[in-house]
This record gives sequence, C-alpha cells and structure tokens, in this order.
Amino acid sequence: MLNFPDRRAGLSFFAARLLIGLIAGLVPSLSRAEYALNLPAPASDLAQSIYDLHTLILWICLVILLVVFVPMAIALVKHRKSAGYQAAKFHDNLLVEIIWTIIPVLILFFMARPAASLVVSMKDTTKEDLTIKVTGYQWKWEYEYLGDNIRFMSNTSTPKEQIEGSQPKGENYLLEVDRPLVVPAGKKVRLVMTSSDVIHAWWVPAFGVKQDAIPGFIRDSWFKVDKPGTYRGQCAELCGVGHGFMPVVVEVVPPEQFASWKKEQIAMAATAAANANKTYGMAELKALGEKVYSANCAACHQPDGAGLPGAFPALNGSKIVSGDKSGHIDIVLNGKPATAMASFGKQLSDLDIAAVVTYERNSWNNKTGDVVQPADIAARRK
Amino acid sequence: MNTTTINGAAAHHDHDHDHAPAGIMRWLTSTNHKDIGTLYLWFSLFMFFFAGALAMVIRAELFQPGLQLLQPNVFNQLTTMHGLIMIFGAIMPALVGFANWQVPLMIGASDMAFPRLNNWSFWLLPAAGTLLIASFFVPGGAIAGGWTMYPPLFMQGGIAYDMSILAVHILGISSIMGAINIITTILNMRAPGMTLMKMPLFVWTWLITAYLLVAVMPVLACAITMLLTDRHFGTHFFDAAGGGDPIMFQHIFWFFGHPEVYIMILPSFGIVSTVIPTFARKPLFGYVSMVYAVASIAFLSFIVWAHHMFTTGMPVAGQLFFMYATMLIAIPTGIKVFNWVATLWRGSISFETPMLFSLAFVFLFTIGGFSGLVLALVPVDIQLQDTYYVVAHFHYVLFSGSAMSIMAGVYYWLPKWTGHMYDEKLGKLHFWLTTIAFNVTFFPMHFLGLAGMPRRIPDYSLQFTDFNKIASLGGFLLGASQLLFLYVVIKCVRGGEPAGNRPWDGADSLEWTQTSPPPYHSFVTPPLVK
Amino acid sequence: MQAHSDSNVYYVPPPSIWPLVGSVALLTLATGFVLVMNKIAAGPYVMTLGMGILLVMLFGWFGTVIKESLAGKYSKQVDSSFRWGMVWFIFSEVMFFAGFFGALYYARNLAVPWLADTQLLWPGFSAAWPTAGPGLKTVIDPVNAWGIPALNTLILLSSGATVTWAHWGLQKGNQRQLKLGLAMTVALGILFIGFQIHEYAEAAFSIRDGIYGATFYMLTGFHGFHVMMGTVMLIVILFRSLAGHFTLEHHFAFEAVAWYWHFVDVIWLLLFVFVYWL
Repeated sequence: MLNFPDRRAGLSFFAARLLIGLIAGLVPSLSRAEYALNLPAPASDLAQSIYDLHTLILWICLVILLVVFVPMAIALVKHRKSAGYQAAKFHDNLLVEIIWTIIPVLILFFMARPAASLVVSMKDTTKEDLTIKVTGYQWKWEYEYLGDNIRFMSNTSTPKEQIEGSQPKGENYLLEVDRPLVVPAGKKVRLVMTSSDVIHAWWVPAFGVKQDAIPGFIRDSWFKVDKPGTYRGQCAELCGVGHGFMPVVVEVVPPEQFASWKKEQIAMAATAAANANKTYGMAELKALGEKVYSANCAACHQPDGAGLPGAFPALNGSKIVSGDKSGHIDIVLNGKPATAMASFGKQLSDLDIAAVVTYERNSWNNKTGDVVQPADIAARRK
Repeated sequence: MNTTTINGAAAHHDHDHDHAPAGIMRWLTSTNHKDIGTLYLWFSLFMFFFAGALAMVIRAELFQPGLQLLQPNVFNQLTTMHGLIMIFGAIMPALVGFANWQVPLMIGASDMAFPRLNNWSFWLLPAAGTLLIASFFVPGGAIAGGWTMYPPLFMQGGIAYDMSILAVHILGISSIMGAINIITTILNMRAPGMTLMKMPLFVWTWLITAYLLVAVMPVLACAITMLLTDRHFGTHFFDAAGGGDPIMFQHIFWFFGHPEVYIMILPSFGIVSTVIPTFARKPLFGYVSMVYAVASIAFLSFIVWAHHMFTTGMPVAGQLFFMYATMLIAIPTGIKVFNWVATLWRGSISFETPMLFSLAFVFLFTIGGFSGLVLALVPVDIQLQDTYYVVAHFHYVLFSGSAMSIMAGVYYWLPKWTGHMYDEKLGKLHFWLTTIAFNVTFFPMHFLGLAGMPRRIPDYSLQFTDFNKIASLGGFLLGASQLLFLYVVIKCVRGGEPAGNRPWDGADSLEWTQTSPPPYHSFVTPPLVK
Repeated sequence: MQAHSDSNVYYVPPPSIWPLVGSVALLTLATGFVLVMNKIAAGPYVMTLGMGILLVMLFGWFGTVIKESLAGKYSKQVDSSFRWGMVWFIFSEVMFFAGFFGALYYARNLAVPWLADTQLLWPGFSAAWPTAGPGLKTVIDPVNAWGIPALNTLILLSSGATVTWAHWGLQKGNQRQLKLGLAMTVALGILFIGFQIHEYAEAAFSIRDGIYGATFYMLTGFHGFHVMMGTVMLIVILFRSLAGHFTLEHHFAFEAVAWYWHFVDVIWLLLFVFVYWL
C-alpha cells in the first residue's frame, strides 16, 4: 500500500519531466527564431501588391469572424440550458436571409476588384528588357539567356553530409546552388518556362513569381527587382524524389555588373567549346565524373551505385554499365521512356557525359577499364 | 459483443430473414442497411488509423531538418498514400456508413432500395484497400506522385501505379453504385407524407452528395483510364510530343476533384445541422435556405475546378472566371454558418460531446473557409499554391470539417446504434484533446506556408524548423488522442447505460421513434409522416 | 401475415453471396490486369480466373433477380426503384463519355493550337486536325466518315427503331412482334460490331499515333465495348422474351435494356459528328 502513491508520484513526475524537457527543447530555438508569420518581405512591386492584398483580405476575414462568432459566443454563454435559459421557437426569417446573402456579395465585389487588376498586371509580360528560358529537369534548373548564347545548369550545392546530419547544416541549407540565375536590377525580366521531364514550378517568394514549368509547353512570367541581392526559392510542384532539393537562387546585380558577368560567361562557353575535342586521361575523367554523378545521378542510383531496388536500378554490377560502351552511352544520352531515367543528352556536355560514363564504368565493383572521350559521345549523338 | 435484439419482430416474424444470420456470413452476405453501415464505419475507422499512422511517420521525419528516418521516395509514398487513403478509405466510407445507417431510418424506409447492391458497394472497398495496401510491398513501393496522380510524374512509377489506378477504379464503381442506391432510396422510399421539404437536412445533403458522386466519379474513371493507357498502351493524352497536354489531366482530374471535396463536406453539413438543433433545443434556422445553399454549393462545385491550377498559367480570362466563381462559394457557405449561429441564438444549449464537436466544426471550418477565400484570389494563390498554407487549409476543412463532424455524428448516433450511452467524460476528453492537438498541428502550417515552405518535401531549410517541431508534437498528440476515440467506441459497443429510444431530448427525426438499437428490420411497414 | 404480396412492404432480399463473389471477381480481375500490363507470366491466367468468377457472379446474381421477379416479389415500388437506378446508371455512363469528349475538345481546340504557338519548342509545327502531335512525325490518314461510319450510323439508328417497334409489340401484348423486333435489333448490333472490327483492321493509324489516334480509339473503343455489352444484354432479353418472362405490367428488364441501347445510339451520333465527320 505504501508503494502505490509513490509510484503515482513517480509516474507523474516522469510525465512532468518529459513535458518540461520537450518544452525546454523547443523554447531556446523559439526564442532564437525571427518569427516568420507572414509572407516574406517583397522585393518586387508585384510581390508588394500581393502582400497588401493578402493583408487587406486578412483584415476583412477578421472582421467577419468577429461579426459571426461574437454572437455565437454570447449565445453559448447566455443561452445555456444549465443557466435555465428557455429555448425560443423561431426558425425562419426571410429578411434576415436576404440581408446575409447580399452583404457578402458586396464584400466579395470589394475584394475582387483589386485582385482582378493585379491578375492582369501579373500576366502582362510585354515590354520586357530581357528574356530567360527556364527549363526544369529532375532535379535542377537550366537557364538560357535567349539571344545571348548563355546556357547553364543550376544544381543544389548543399552537401549530402549536411542533409544526412554528419555535418552541421549551413545558413542557406537546401536553398543554395552552384550557379545562380544572374539578372540586372531594375530591368523587367521575362521568364519563359518549360520542362524536359515532369512538371516543376519555379518559385521565388520575394518576387511574387510562381509558375509551373510544363513539358512541351511554354508559360511565361515576369519580375522586376530594384534592390540588388540574393533571393532564394524552391521548386513548388512535386517532381519526384529530388523535389525537396531543387532550389532556385537569383542574384540581382547592378546592370554594369550584369554586363561584365555576361562577357565572362560567353568567354567560358568558348573555352569549353575549344576543349571539346581534347583527349583526357582516366584520372581526370573519373574526378570530373564523380562530380557529375553526384549532381545528376546519385539521387536515384545512390552514391554507392546500389540504386533503390524496384524503383531505381543499381549501376554497380549492372549489365548495361559493364556491357558494351555504346549501349551505356546511348541510355545516358537518350534516357529510357516511361521511367525517371532522363535523356541527359540535352542537359550535359559531351565532356560531362564522357566523364560520368567513365566514372560509372570504373567505380564500385565495375572495372571495365574503359576510358570514354568526349569525341565518343559526339559520335553517338544523332 | 453487440447482439442485436429483435424488437418488434413479432409484427413480421413470417419473414425467413428476420434474424441476423449468425457468424461471419452475417457480415459477408448482408443485405441489411444497418449491418452494412456498421461495416462501412469499421472499415473507415481502420483506414483512418492506417493513413493516420502514415501521417505520424511523416511528422516524425519533419520534426527536424535533415533526413532522419526516411528516404525521399518513401516520404513521397507516405504523403501520397496518406492523402489517397484518408479521402477514399476513411472520410468517404465513413460518410457512406452514416448514409447507410441513417437515411433509411430518417425517411422511414425498411432498407436501402437495392440491399444486395449495397453490400457489393461495401465489399468492393476491402478489395480496393487490399490493392492499395499491397502496393507498399511490391518492387518500387507504393505510388509517390501525390494523390492527385499528375502526369508525367505518374508515368515514371512501377507496378504500384497500376495497382492504385485499378484500386481507384474499383472505389469509383463502389461509389457510383452506392450513390445510385442512396438517390433511389431517398427519391423512392420515403414514408408516406414525407415530402422532399420535410426531409431531415442530413438526408438532403446526402441526396445532393450522391448526385455529385454519380456525376463526377465516372469523370475520374475517365482520367485515370487515360493515365493507364498512356502508361501501357502507347496513347499520348498527356504527352506534348504526341499533341496531348499534361495539364489536360489536371483539368479532368479537378473537374472530379472539386466536387469531390464537397462530397466530403456536404454530408458533414448535414450531420452538424442535425446535431446543433438537437442540443440547442430549437429547430434549425432557415431550413429552406439551408437546402438551397447546399444545392448552390453543389452547382458551383462544377465550375470552379481550375482554381487548383492557377499556377499552371492559364489565360487571364480563365483565371478571372475561376477566381470569381470560387469566391461565389463563400456566399452559400456563409449562409450556412449564419444559419447555424442563428439556430444557437436563444436556444437552450447544452454541451454534450456531439455538440462540442459540432460547435468546433462551425468555428474551425469557418477558418478553413477563410483560408479558402484567401486562396481563391489568384495573386495570393500564386504565392501560396503548393505550400503548407494549402496543407493547413485543407486540413481545416477536411479534419476539423469532415473528420470532426463524423466524430460528432458517431457520438450523436452511437446510443441509437448500440443501445448504450457512450462514456460522456471520456468523449469530452477526446474532444478537447483532438481540438487542441489539431490546432497545434495545423495552425502553424499557415505560417509555414506564408513564409514559403513548399508542401510534399521531406526536408526543409532551417527557418521552418520551429513551426515544424510544434506541428509534429501536435500531430503526435492528435494521433494518440484518436486511440481514446477507439476506446470510447468499443466501450460503448460493449455496454453502458441503456440509451432508451430517445436519449437526446431535442432530437425529433424518425430514427428516435425506434428502439435503441433499432430492430434488425425497422419500418417494415412505413410510418405515416404528418 | 404474408408480407410479400402486401404492396405496402418493400421486398428486402435475404442475405446473398453474390456481392462478395463480385468483389472477389473484380479484385482477381484487377490483379490479373496489373500482372498482364507488367508482363508477368501469371497475368493471363489470373485475369481469366477473374473473368470466370465475374461471369459466375453475373449468372448467379441476375438469375436470382429473375427468379424473384417471376415469383412476384417485386411490387410497383420496387419496380420504380429499378427505374430510378437505371436512369442514374445511364447518367453516370453519360458522364464517363463526357470526360472523353471533353478530352477530345480540349486536345483539338486548345492543346494543339497552343503547341502550334510554341514555336520555341516545336519549330515548324502548325495546328491541324487530325494530328499526331509535334514530336511524332506520323501523318494521319483518317477514316472517311461517309464510308463505314455512315453505314454504321444507319445500322445503329435502324436498331433503335427496331427495339422501339419491339417495345410497341410488348405494350400491345403482341409477343411475336416483341421477339421479332428484338431479334432484328440483336442482328443489327452484331452487324455494327462486325463493321467496326473491319474498320479497325483497315484503319491506317493506331492508338499510338498521337492525340488523334488516342482520342479516336478511346472514344470509339469504349463505345464499341458498350455496344457489345448492349448486344449481350439484348440477347439475354431475347431469350427471356422467348421464355415469356415479360408481361404488360412487368417488363422493367426489357425497358432498361432498351434505354441502354438508345443511350449507346446517342453516343454514336455524337461520335459520328465529332470524331468522324467534323
């Protein structure tokens, strides 16, 4: 008998400690946080208008909420059976019904007007200063400056170790890329969007731009940002296993800086073209291949080449990888229809493909000894 | 166990099937609306826990940034199947279960119009459920492209994708037959004197819901058939290279999908409109306008579908049309809320568990309605589409809307179904735990969405950590609280205070004229309604 | 009190195994279909098994209904339930076809013109109908509407007339006219299916040929499937007429099949206009 109260005390003590522990675990991080309770700070006029519209609607909703639920609260408090309140018998009133049909209609008109004009200006992609074609790939973005011969891929640059927790997470965890989109400040940038595989959505909250990238179709959108800086967003449409790891980063730079950046890019492209027919050594190709592999292949086929049984085939010991070179190159170039295996011919340069094929054929348990050169890739492109 | 006593059997003991058949065959071969209703409800409860368990794992993974428990493809399977099973396996069967039990009792019919078809409608659910659950264990795992099954992503999966398509086909057959049964029962089997405008509002909402089902389930069948042929038979419906369009799938899907969300909420309106007058001891305010409001909502549901697709980039005229049409829904929905408040006004209100759930429904569903209004505005939707704001929105209308009204209905009618009162104290405890945990889970998601957290991601950037932690803790509590619900229900089935014919003094529809539990065959000769 | 004959009492059938058998059938059939599509060897056998169970169920279930009907268990109210049920079933079928017609409309009038506007991705593609899309190079040679399709229209319209004529016979109590009308309708149905098979065999394009092939075969294929179902139903009704099952008062099954047949007829007219002709 003596034991009983003790045990109860012990249990509730344990429960209390657990609760305190949980709260304590939460509180320090809470107090650190800047409370993000609203839309992010707008960087474009459009985003500002959306922000204001949202605020307006929220206030209207709050007023309606009070108008409806204050009477309900009064009824719940005053018209209680336990307080001896006798029920009235009324159950109909046409006038009241008409009134509470018409008033909401008027409120809706009031809301719809600013929204409609904002829709029209969001859709107005004319008078642009430059046009960038954005192509979604599983799971990266390609940016092509139309008319400028600049084209590059933008991959996530968050290391796998941070995701898996073996390294501390960086400040821009999951919101960082190797090559951001660079645009000039104060210019109207028109984006034409498409996708090479599944539907993605290009989204930068601070710009107020979110647009689905649809394979085979072009949709456009625009933004104009005056303040230089780095703006971050993410893919917003479920696009497969890498959906959560497909950030968008936009660097807005002053126009002069943009012009010099452009020159640099064009020069880089020329160097790359000049190297197309070079012959590379195995070590060189494997080193580059590993990078290409982890950016493009590892999400499905896994860093150790083991794949995910049933969903994504293993490359380690695969018949295709250890078989004929040309079969291996073909599947990388052209993909496999009706599967997640994309055609990388459109996405990667000959050098990148040569490197990744070399890497795959000479990694893990695969020991073909084959060295694949960019020229081999070019030969199989048709 | 729940041995049904046959009250009033003497009046019609000549029937060879008066008694419930014994053993398992009673359930396998039933032609009794009460038994089939019970089957629906248990099936739904099982699926609710199954899909709920998936949600627990999702929230555990999202407790902190980084990948801890799940690989992204498994995470996507869980979110997809959580949605699919909650909708088709938990919410819809529960509401059909209510229809089975209550519609014949409330209109004074002896059974459903097609009792055997009714049984088939039910037994197709375990067939589909088997396919869905089995799909977790086939090579490649379950579908991971979202419950909306958008192509081209849906083209990429393995055998589970075909299993799920066929499972949804079977569910569709079940729903269509169930809906035809309900429409026919309501139109053809009302007791003499019960005109349409004398029907309880719950019956009205189900009549309209059944129309929606018959109209849109075939359209879903059509959409997923095209998915299947695109996957295996070389068609190009959703492939631009062949002249198709992936967005076409979304149009067809949401032409089904938007009425579908009203299929899940209209019967809830019916339940709440039954419970509130009972415990306010005052007739429902504005019955006629309630009926018209439900009908208008059903009509509008056919012309608003593309508001799910504003970010696909449709022409301005399309965006404006669908925005205006969507905003219009606020009007009939508002009328319903106003009528509920007016019903409460100057009532004689008491707070039994069903009433608590119904009151919470009115308030929380309205919040979900407000976030719906916010999302209806195209420019704001552009920011919030596919973020946690949407997740918050549809859980406010689906959990605190549909699921909590289902709980209200279960507590309200359990005494009638079992003959015993449920444990009021535990019921209230369940209510408070559920309501608090629900809000802790889902209210922060509004903030997450506003701040820019996309939905359907297994990992998130650091600024979203705190609210995700809170949401996860709330989610675990919410999940655990439902075990209490299970306990209360089982306890009530097994015994408790006798309920008497009419445990709620404010209740006045026909089911309360029957014993609790009602005779196995009730209203064999229809009552006369004045 | 013998409740069955009491018109006040709605007939509630005793417990029945058939719904459960039906569920097992569909589960087996679906499983088999999944296996077939994924080229797993057991597939055809499982599918055949599912089909077999489904047939057993159909025979068993409809057999029971016919027996009950002949035993006079169905009151006027039950009869009108059947009518409501059939009407809403046909409505659901209408919505099923509406989905495919919607897809045809969308593809032809929206998607293809949009693709033609997307010169950045599909240079040189121009909107036309029929088309196999910008990525496939196939040129489609459509079926001439005024050949077999026009003939089939005539056949199906005549079959609508013969089934109505049979109905008149039933209403007049002229069983001979009923049987003859039904037999003619069945013959016309089979003729239609034969021509349709011939058309498929002759067609210069397949279901794989872009959006035109997809919509064409999906719409005409599902319609053809419905004609086959309708024909089977007509044959059943013909046998039941020969067995003298239908009376002036009790002939819901006949009417249900006739409604269904007219529905199939109307769908064909829409197909003829929107798929073959325009």
